[in-house]
Amino acid sequence: MVKVKVEFLGGLDVIFDKERTHKVTVAADAGSDVTMGDLIDYIVDNMIKNSNDRCVFIENDNIRPGILTLINDTDWELEGEKEYVLEDGDVVSFTSTLHGG
Amino acid sequence: MSFKPPSDTKKPKNVKVSQLCELCHSRKALIKRPKNMQKICKLCFFHVFETEIHNTIVSNSLFAVGEKVAVGASGGKDSTVLAYVLKLLNERYHYGIDIVLLSIDEGIVGYRDDSLATVKRNKEQYQLPLEIVSYRELYDWTMDEIVACAGVRNSCTYCGVFRRQALDRGAAKLGIKHVVTGHNADDMAETVLMNILRGDVARLEKSTSIITQSAGSPVKRSKPFKFSYQKEIVLYAHYKKLDYFSTECTYAPEAFRGTARELMKNLEAVRPSCIIDIIQSGEMLRLKPKKVKKAPPAQAADAVEVRSDGSVLLNRHSGFIDGNRCERCGYLSSNKICKACMLLEGLQQNRAKILLDTDSSIAGAAKLTRTLEKLTF
Repeated sequence: MVKVKVEFLGGLDVIFDKERTHKVTVAADAGSDVTMGDLIDYIVDNMIKNSNDRCVFIENDNIRPGILTLINDTDWELEGEKEYVLEDGDVVSFTSTLHGG
Repeated sequence: MSFKPPSDTKKPKNVKVSQLCELCHSRKALIKRPKNMQKICKLCFFHVFETEIHNTIVSNSLFAVGEKVAVGASGGKDSTVLAYVLKLLNERYHYGIDIVLLSIDEGIVGYRDDSLATVKRNKEQYQLPLEIVSYRELYDWTMDEIVACAGVRNSCTYCGVFRRQALDRGAAKLGIKHVVTGHNADDMAETVLMNILRGDVARLEKSTSIITQSAGSPVKRSKPFKFSYQKEIVLYAHYKKLDYFSTECTYAPEAFRGTARELMKNLEAVRPSCIIDIIQSGEMLRLKPKKVKKAPPAQAADAVEVRSDGSVLLNRHSGFIDGNRCERCGYLSSNKICKACMLLEGLQQNRAKILLDTDSSIAGAAKLTRTLEKLTF
């Protein structure tokens, strides 16, 4: 079991009850680690209120292009993306870059 | 509504050598630059991001000492970062420019009022003067009224035409001859792509220039973020904890631009440098010189055709004449009457109807229309 903080920024909060910051506990299968992939599955299954909004967050089973994913302020591309093993206290943020400027 | 910065994260520990910044080799790399895939740390990122913008400004001679410059500020990420970075660079490199924030209030309840609140906070945060010009005072119409009258489908056409003029007029009111906007590399590549997809060759050649100015126009425009990736602008705002507004406009976004944007984002995911590459391709495109056409036949005095539903016909096929002026408002126009005046004429004919329909409560009337449109039985 891992406790992390998840943030939805840049307007993404609208599909999460307009709440930017969420404390999330993800349970692990016995003996295995909790990865970013598990967290994303958890978010999609439990946190998106309206299932029609899933396409705002996910496209072809991956984070939608145009959404910036950071793990402890590091671009998740540098952390192994879905393979990254989460630790207690990690801060994961998803920021939409698609809005007008 | 107040500003909530993103959370602080814990300090990295046990950093491997392979995770170090490729520039300073001493801190953990946090980002991979889309331009060149370089892995760099936060401090080096600030430095290269700011320096690249400085180089863009200097190599294109964007500013002159003593110049007054208005930042077209919407409260969104691009213009917020632009105001912040320009102020910083102006102090660091002594450009000697006067920076003013210039905002347009289109009159969209639930969208622009919130984003203007952000701009007002930016004014305090960056200690820059702020001027707000509204559609209401310029055109005697708010976007909410226009949408109630002309429908949601045309909203971006009206808003775009009116905003361009509004920025110029706002600048003229302040005696400023230079407006900088937060258009970034992604926007520019998107525009090149759209013009290609539409076959709009007239706009294609102009669409990548960093400074645009029509002959006879007192106001020039420039885009210091021409080479800055959207991703890096958002990262910069995130790391600097800048206060920006991010909500989609209440009215439908332009469908075609939305699709072009999606296409760009998908391309970027496969090959991040494609954004800069598209701009490069756009810059290098040269159109075959056109044969000189005969002067277009003089148009009838009543050049504006107003259809029965109040919409107007925009004459797209007449020749493009630079430096011409609108007969009604004196604004630059390639036609006899500028686009804004044409649209206004169409609207004016429907005003009486709308006043009857909507009682006296006009604010948010369009929002109501939209809610009603969504109702199903």
